Amino acid sequence: MSGHVSPIRPPLVTGNKTYHQITEDLISPTERVPSKAWILGLILSVSVFSFGAFCILWTIWNGIGTWDLNRTINWGWDITNFVWWIGIGHAGTLISAILLIFRQKWRTGVNRAAEAMTIFAVMCAGLFPLIHMGRIWLAMFIFPYPNTRGPLWVNFNSPLLWDVFAISTYFTVSLLFWYTGLVPDFASVRDRAKGLRKKIYNFLSFGWTGSAKHWQRWEYLSLILAGIATPLVLSVHTIVSFDFATSVIPGWHTTIFPPYFVAGAIFSGFAMVLTLMIITRKILGLEDYITIEHVESMNKVILVTGTIVGVAYLTELFIAWYSGYVYEQFAFFNRAAGPYWWSYFGMMFCNVLSPQLFWKKSWRRNIWLTFFMSIFINIGMWFERFVIIATTLARDYLPSSWSYYSPTWVEIGIFVGTMGLFFTLYLIFCRVAPVVAVAEIKAILKTSGNQYVGPDAQHQHPKDVKVESEPNHTSI
Amino acid sequence: MAHQDKEVIYGLYDDETDLLKAVKEAKDQHLEIMDVYSPFPVHGLDPILGLAESRLHIAGFVYGAIGTLTAFLGMTWIFTKDWPIIFGGKPYWSVPAFIPITFELTVLFSCVGMVITFYIVSGLGPGVTNDYLDDRITDDKFCIAFDMSEVDGAAAKSFLSDTGADVNQKII
Repeated sequence: MSGHVSPIRPPLVTGNKTYHQITEDLISPTERVPSKAWILGLILSVSVFSFGAFCILWTIWNGIGTWDLNRTINWGWDITNFVWWIGIGHAGTLISAILLIFRQKWRTGVNRAAEAMTIFAVMCAGLFPLIHMGRIWLAMFIFPYPNTRGPLWVNFNSPLLWDVFAISTYFTVSLLFWYTGLVPDFASVRDRAKGLRKKIYNFLSFGWTGSAKHWQRWEYLSLILAGIATPLVLSVHTIVSFDFATSVIPGWHTTIFPPYFVAGAIFSGFAMVLTLMIITRKILGLEDYITIEHVESMNKVILVTGTIVGVAYLTELFIAWYSGYVYEQFAFFNRAAGPYWWSYFGMMFCNVLSPQLFWKKSWRRNIWLTFFMSIFINIGMWFERFVIIATTLARDYLPSSWSYYSPTWVEIGIFVGTMGLFFTLYLIFCRVAPVVAVAEIKAILKTSGNQYVGPDAQHQHPKDVKVESEPNHTSI
Repeated sequence: MAHQDKEVIYGLYDDETDLLKAVKEAKDQHLEIMDVYSPFPVHGLDPILGLAESRLHIAGFVYGAIGTLTAFLGMTWIFTKDWPIIFGGKPYWSVPAFIPITFELTVLFSCVGMVITFYIVSGLGPGVTNDYLDDRITDDKFCIAFDMSEVDGAAAKSFLSDTGADVNQKII
């Protein structure tokens, strides 16, 4: 459609699709009767989530004494899980915003599902600080509003409050960005539907008609939202890292935390996108839209961010030694060789060593390897947060208060429960909305369809040549 | 659009390149196009159609600036006038600590404001039902529509069929 497309650029939509076929392929999964696998998946997710909900109620009823936190280790699985989920929630907006600005066309195959995943992951994350407060019925105290207590305001100098603002902003912006992208696709679903289904999708599509002016504004909105969401994505995990970095705890108060946390978040987020997309493309038959090229591109991001994280781990060790500060040195020695050595080993192995396999092109393009690797990375990134939180707190300044922490069934139940919540929401999303952005795939068809570019290109589209000579287009 | 019945003649094209050529042709023939509809944003259409650049980005800047001021002045007032508290021996007005929240609220105001503005100026929103011409416009057809009260019906019809469109009429 616009600009020059390199003939060696690989196609991103395969199977000689026409516009109508794209609509058919991407919308029909929402119109079919759910498969047995889907129903079983939903039952399993809802059951696991129900157990998690029970554990949350148990916590609220009995107090957070039901978690095995102790005098020194006052953050355990709760904050580990919070940071882990928030990190996973970084891929969606990264894919839709930063890759939009960098004009990466492969984002169109995965952005919709990745954004949905972001929203669900942030919901899971937000749960942990709320229940960690102990008295969840006072949760609104974290927002600054005129109140009868003075008004007594919140502490705007506290990184924990910055977190409240960062995460609620991130959630709101991601939700609006995602939904605005969905509106034209809901209109496509509406125009194929009948009866009650048509009424529901008519409501969801906000009266979309496809008018030229609306599309123009829609593209403007997407681009500007991407522009402001880009620094937002980077700010959220930066601020999460401030929760640690602004403290005076050895092992936490390091200036490397913001970039290192952001790289780690992108790393784990992409891993979770891959886990989900590899299953989704298989079950919904979307191999023509989420191709090996997409998988390879994401594996490249994983390799880069995994290596950044590895460099950060080593930098921390070096700086601890170089600082000459014994408490810092002990904190890092204790991480690697202390009572939690196994989690440090798991972190190093899963996050730093295993992604190095992706230097080999054929391994980057191997679906099975990618799938296992994505699981590995998510385990590794969970270990990273556990290492940072538990090992540091378990050995504080006073040896008499040193202790060891292991979670109770309640904490494990809540973590597993958030997984249930996440998959419940994702499974429902797969049924009610097109998992791949329909309009955006149509918009890249002429520049990325396999009949137009790549080794199997049958012809340079005769009509396309004329349009390409049109000046002043920009493409998204 | 729904408040007043309009008789519309419209043509459906199979490809965006046919649409672009037809829009150019219509402009040359001075036929007043009511609107163009497509399943995805067609690049290069806006200048041919003569659509003015959207001003959403200006609105976004203004909303963002309101967010910046709300956050920064709000925190300043609270911590210097309304209830000054010393945290860790820092000054009441500790500007560096205000930066994260100022940034977040700038983004929040700008984004929420722009999205709401987009829906309002486009006449879209929850519960809105706009009449649309054809079910295939959100699938694979590209549409040029003429308002029969603004153009000569016969001329529009012959123009649409000459440019290769499937011609239809509808009252919306």
